[in-house]
Amino acid sequence: MAFTRKIGFVAAAVFAAVAIASPVLRAEEPPGFAEAPSPERQNWSFSGFFGTFDKPQLQRGFKVYKEVCSNCHELRIPFRTLGQPGGPGFSEDQVKALAATYTIHDGPNLAGDMFDRPGRASDYFPPPFPNPEAAAAALGAVPPEMSLIAKSIKFERGFPNFVFDALPIPGLGIYQEVGPDLIYAILHGYTKEDDPNWNLYFPGHKIAMAKPLADGQVDYTDGAPTTLSQYSKDVAAFLAWAAEPTLEVRKRVGLRVMLFLFLLAGLVYFAKKRVWSDVAH
Amino acid sequence: MHGLSTFEPKNGFVKWLEARLPILSFAHGSFVAFPTPKNLNYWWTFGGILSFMLIAQIVTGVVLTMHYTPESTLAFGSVEKIMRDVNWGWMLRYAHSNGASMFFFAVYIHMFRGIYYGSYKSPREVLWILGVIIFLLMMATGFMGYVLPWGQMSFWGATVITNLFSAIPLVGDDITVWLWGGFSVDNPTLNRFFALHYLLPFMIVAVVALHVWALHVCGQNNPDGVEVQDIHKDCVPFTPHATMKDSVGIAFFLILYCWFIFYIPNYLGDADNYIPANPMKTPAHIVPEWYFLPYYAILRSIPNKLAGVIAMFAAIAILAFLPWLDTSKVRSGKYRPIFRIFFWIFVASGIGLGYLGAMPPEGGYVLAARILGVVYFGFFVVVLPLLGLFEKTTPVPASIADAVLARTGSASSVAASAASAPQTKG
Ligand code: HEC
Ligand code: HEM
Repeated sequence: MAFTRKIGFVAAAVFAAVAIASPVLRAEEPPGFAEAPSPERQNWSFSGFFGTFDKPQLQRGFKVYKEVCSNCHELRIPFRTLGQPGGPGFSEDQVKALAATYTIHDGPNLAGDMFDRPGRASDYFPPPFPNPEAAAAALGAVPPEMSLIAKSIKFERGFPNFVFDALPIPGLGIYQEVGPDLIYAILHGYTKEDDPNWNLYFPGHKIAMAKPLADGQVDYTDGAPTTLSQYSKDVAAFLAWAAEPTLEVRKRVGLRVMLFLFLLAGLVYFAKKRVWSDVAH
Repeated sequence: MHGLSTFEPKNGFVKWLEARLPILSFAHGSFVAFPTPKNLNYWWTFGGILSFMLIAQIVTGVVLTMHYTPESTLAFGSVEKIMRDVNWGWMLRYAHSNGASMFFFAVYIHMFRGIYYGSYKSPREVLWILGVIIFLLMMATGFMGYVLPWGQMSFWGATVITNLFSAIPLVGDDITVWLWGGFSVDNPTLNRFFALHYLLPFMIVAVVALHVWALHVCGQNNPDGVEVQDIHKDCVPFTPHATMKDSVGIAFFLILYCWFIFYIPNYLGDADNYIPANPMKTPAHIVPEWYFLPYYAILRSIPNKLAGVIAMFAAIAILAFLPWLDTSKVRSGKYRPIFRIFFWIFVASGIGLGYLGAMPPEGGYVLAARILGVVYFGFFVVVLPLLGLFEKTTPVPASIADAVLARTGSASSVAASAASAPQTKG
């Protein structure tokens, strides 16, 4: 049918027109503005149709977070999340023990006094600074809270990449890991030896966070390499999980839903053919 | 239109009810016996798909409301709580946020379908205008819904769009303050947007009922654009024929919808909306949701704010005047070769404007948006009125039955239909 056939044609025409026009149309960048390169797409265990988190990797990532990032960045999730299915897989006792190592300011008690007590699994990770102003005063900028950072930072994908990102093509499409890729890239982006606040991948390149990670900084007990590359991958995976602890169940349910829908659509299609078989249309 | 079968109650209770409230015979006449042109293609399943999406939005929305808190310091956290702690909350939220996109995707196809096949022409003008009202209500609902999670883009999108009203001469600033319930977008704004976001979908349901009523008075248009002459030759009963075909449409649409929910749930959203609203920090680019982008591009392509706002609203309002702007007597684009070319140019201008709406308003982008804006409006105010006068249309079949016969291959009826079709201009 003409209508259907032409859609492909128009789509192709628009595609081509935008591809040609887009770079031409973009305004001149202001002088001195260096465009940040696009981070490379990494391999993540949690990407694609069947993605699941790699438990040992999340545990390592948590260690990096706890020993390094948590000095400046708040992570607003409750300790109990660490023991939930689909996460780093800490046991209930491990979570309790971990929570107890934190001091939580609580109260008032019956006497009306505020008091300190050891943390419980239901408590949230306490923030490193009492308020964002204090953090900014100490560090030069507010370090973003981390529970959603893997979903809240992005880089421009540009045309035509953003079209492919949506398609069900393993490796090329289904691209939902822009955030983790950018975290990984930023941790690798301190390429000027003489300037710890210069970052290749940070918009504008001037970042208030001085290079936070270097080779050998965190001890791993599971034999994984103690390199910057491994650390950044692990901590980015950990942050991806923290931003979406329901990712595994989503993909698992999604697979069943899709199988069911394909079956349903097929059955309905053949039933429809049957119903219409005696009608010329 | 009269149905293809009649409703004869046999059951005693049904007879009793029929004498008091003939709702069952009404439903039978509307959804079972209702005569459906037999030449409808799959583009006609989008009405059913839209009804499905409206219900899906209401069901997911009502359940989300049970867990959502419309207060500016708590809203963001309550949505995250839905995502993390509410059982199946992530699915509800992703179904609702992607459902809005699917709803708009379907409505755009539905509207382009209407334009291609001339479904707005007499006697369906009221039906078409009711559709434009639904579209407007959907836009208001989508816009206010997007404000509810109270992320950066919620806040700044609301700020930019409500600020547009300040362009109105004399009373603009007062209107904006009245809309906000204060001197900036803040908790009162969030509260009223939530109240309206809950209300408007039910108003959409009411207008959809009128839309369907008008449809059932005039009957459906069809790809050949000829009116039904003999329902026994031209039509099939709605059930099972249209019901099954719509089910196929909905089933395949669900595959697309679930692809978004389960595999790329954040693809259509803006990453900035995962940062809690911060009135002190403006995002680098304030971009609305994709379904507003063509209108946003038109707005920004005009340097004068008031003129931009007028152009943006005019771009939507002009749809309501289509029945009178299109002067052609031939309804379906299938028999209008020149119209078809302009139609696809129009579609391309819409997509192009959508792309430009997402780009920064600078350099060549603005110029391109101006050119495409002229193409967009030109389609309505120049092309459609003039085409009716000059276009040489191809022969229109005498009836739906003839058109079907011609396609399914009976030589005699092809000749008959060609002979009976007047070779007219316009
Ligand atoms: C010394 C304090 C400090 C430490 C330690 C630290 N950060 Fe940061 N981080 C900051 C500050 C301050 C900013 C804000 C930077 C800005 O806005 O210029 C920031 C910003 C970021 C950003 C945001 C970049 C963007 O695009 O907005 C990421 C990602 C990040 N940090 C990751 C990490 C990770 C991962 C770790 C642990 C390995 C870490 N940080 C450790 C202080 C720190
Ligand atoms: C016409 C149908 C509707 C459309 C197009 C629509 C659209 C939207 C959109 C775009 C959002 C923002 C989603 C996000 O980014 O998180 C949203 C949120 C929300 N909507 Fe709706 N909606 C509709 C119907 C309803 C109804 C009927 C209700 C309630 C009865 C409702 C309740 C909510 C609630 C509570 C939220 C906030 C939670 C969230 O952000 O996920 N919606 N809506």
